[in-house]
Amino acid sequence: MRRTIFLTVLCCALVSGCARLLPDVKPYEREQLADPIMSFSRDPISDQYLDHVHDVREGARGATVSQGGGCGCN
Amino acid sequence: MAVTEPVAGRRAGRSTHRLFARVFRHAGVLVILLAGVPSVWAVTLPEDRTDLMYHYYKGGDVTVSGPALLVRESVGDSVSVSGRYYVDTISSASVDVVSTASPYRDKREEFGLGIDVLHGNSLASVSLISSKEPDYQADTFGLNVTHDLFGGLTKLELGFSSGRDQVERVNTTFQKGINRYNFRLGVSQVLSRDLLVGVSFEDVAEDGYLSNPYRYALVSGVYFPERYPGARDSQAVALRAVQGFSTAGRPLGLSARIDYRYYRDTWDIHANTLGLTLQRYFGDRWIGEARYRYYQQNAASFYSDNFGTEMTFMARDKELSTFYSHSLGVRFSWMFAKQKFLFFNKASLNFAHDHIYFDYNDFTDVRTGQPYSFSADVLQLYISAWN
Repeated sequence: MRRTIFLTVLCCALVSGCARLLPDVKPYEREQLADPIMSFSRDPISDQYLDHVHDVREGARGATVSQGGGCGCN
Repeated sequence: MAVTEPVAGRRAGRSTHRLFARVFRHAGVLVILLAGVPSVWAVTLPEDRTDLMYHYYKGGDVTVSGPALLVRESVGDSVSVSGRYYVDTISSASVDVVSTASPYRDKREEFGLGIDVLHGNSLASVSLISSKEPDYQADTFGLNVTHDLFGGLTKLELGFSSGRDQVERVNTTFQKGINRYNFRLGVSQVLSRDLLVGVSFEDVAEDGYLSNPYRYALVSGVYFPERYPGARDSQAVALRAVQGFSTAGRPLGLSARIDYRYYRDTWDIHANTLGLTLQRYFGDRWIGEARYRYYQQNAASFYSDNFGTEMTFMARDKELSTFYSHSLGVRFSWMFAKQKFLFFNKASLNFAHDHIYFDYNDFTDVRTGQPYSFSADVLQLYISAWN
C-alpha cells in the first residue's frame, strides 16, 4: 500500500514537474516562429541543393535539414 | 548522357557523379515531403509553391550545373501533392580522373512525386524518387509522419525510406545492386516566442556493391581496383537552434542559427559539422543572409593514399580521407511581388553564392606529388512563387 502511494505521488510529481518544464508560449505568441527567417529551411529546394553539394564531397551523411531533420515546422 | 570522350580506363571521376546521384536522391525524398512553409508553427499542409532554380558548381576541375523544379499544390483541405524534376550536367577532369581515366561529360535526370495527407495533428507523407543515368539507376520510396504534441509546442517526426540502386559500367556487362534503408527521428521544440531548438537522428544502413567500378587504389605505386566492404551502417545526430531578435522598426528583424552534427559509421569515419547563419530583413522586400560552415572528418579504416601491401579492402577516394573544409556564403532574397503575380499571390527572386575550401591531409595530387587542396564556388539563382 505504501509503495502504491509512493509511486502515485512520484508520478504526480514527475508529471507536474514536466508540465512546468514545458514553455508557456500561447498560440497568438507564435507568429514570429512562422516567419521565414526563423525556419530551419527557408527554401527547401535551395537548402537541399547546398546540403547535397556538401554531402557528395564528404564522408558524412544524414540528419541534415533538407533530409528531414525533424523540424516539422517547415 | 553525352560522353564526349570514349572511355578507355575510364572515369574514376564518375565516383563523384555516382555519389551525387545517391545522396541527392535520398535528400530529394524528404525535400518533396518538406517543401513549403506553413503560415503558423503547427502541423499543417505545406504551402502551395513553385520553385525554379538554376544551379552551378565549379571546383577541383569539375563543373556541375542544371535546372531544378519543385511544384506543390493542395487538393482540398487535407491533401497536397508535389512533383520534382532535377538535372545534373557534369563535366569533369578532376584529380580522380587524371590519374587513371579521361575527362567526361555526363547527365543525370531525376523525377519525384509526393503526396501529403493531413489528419488531425498528424501529417503523413509518401514519396517516390527515380534517378537515371547511363550507368546508374536508382529508385527510392519514402514515408514520413509528423505529429504535434503538447499543444503544438513540440513536433515529433518519424521517417523511413528504402532504396534500390543498380550500378553498371559503361560498355561492359558489369551490373551490381545496392539496398539502402534510412531511419529518421526528429524532435523540435518551441522554447519561447523567438527561440526554437531541434534535435534529429538518422541511421543509414546499406549493403551491396558500395565500391566504384571506375576508381583505383594505389599499392606501392601500382593501380589496383578499389575494394570496399559490402555493408555500411552510419549514425548522425544533429542539434540546431534559431533565435530571433528585434531590430529598429521590426519586432523580428534578425535571426541567428547554429547547427552542429556528429557523425560516425562502421567504416570508422567520424565527422563534425558546425554551421552558423545570420538572416536579416532590409525593408519589407529584402532578406540578406550570411553563413559559415566548418566540416572535419578522419579517414575510413581501409583508406590509404598509397598502400604498402595489397589488403582485403582498399580505397583511395578523397571523400574517405582525412580532411577539413571551410565554407563562407551569402544569399539575397527579393520579394518582388507581394500581391498578385501571374497565377501566384507572391513571388521572390533569390541568389546565393558559397565559396568552399577543401584541404586534404592524406590525399596526394598525382600531378604535383603534393597534398591536395582546392576551392569551389557554388551559385544558385531561383525564383519562388506562392499560390
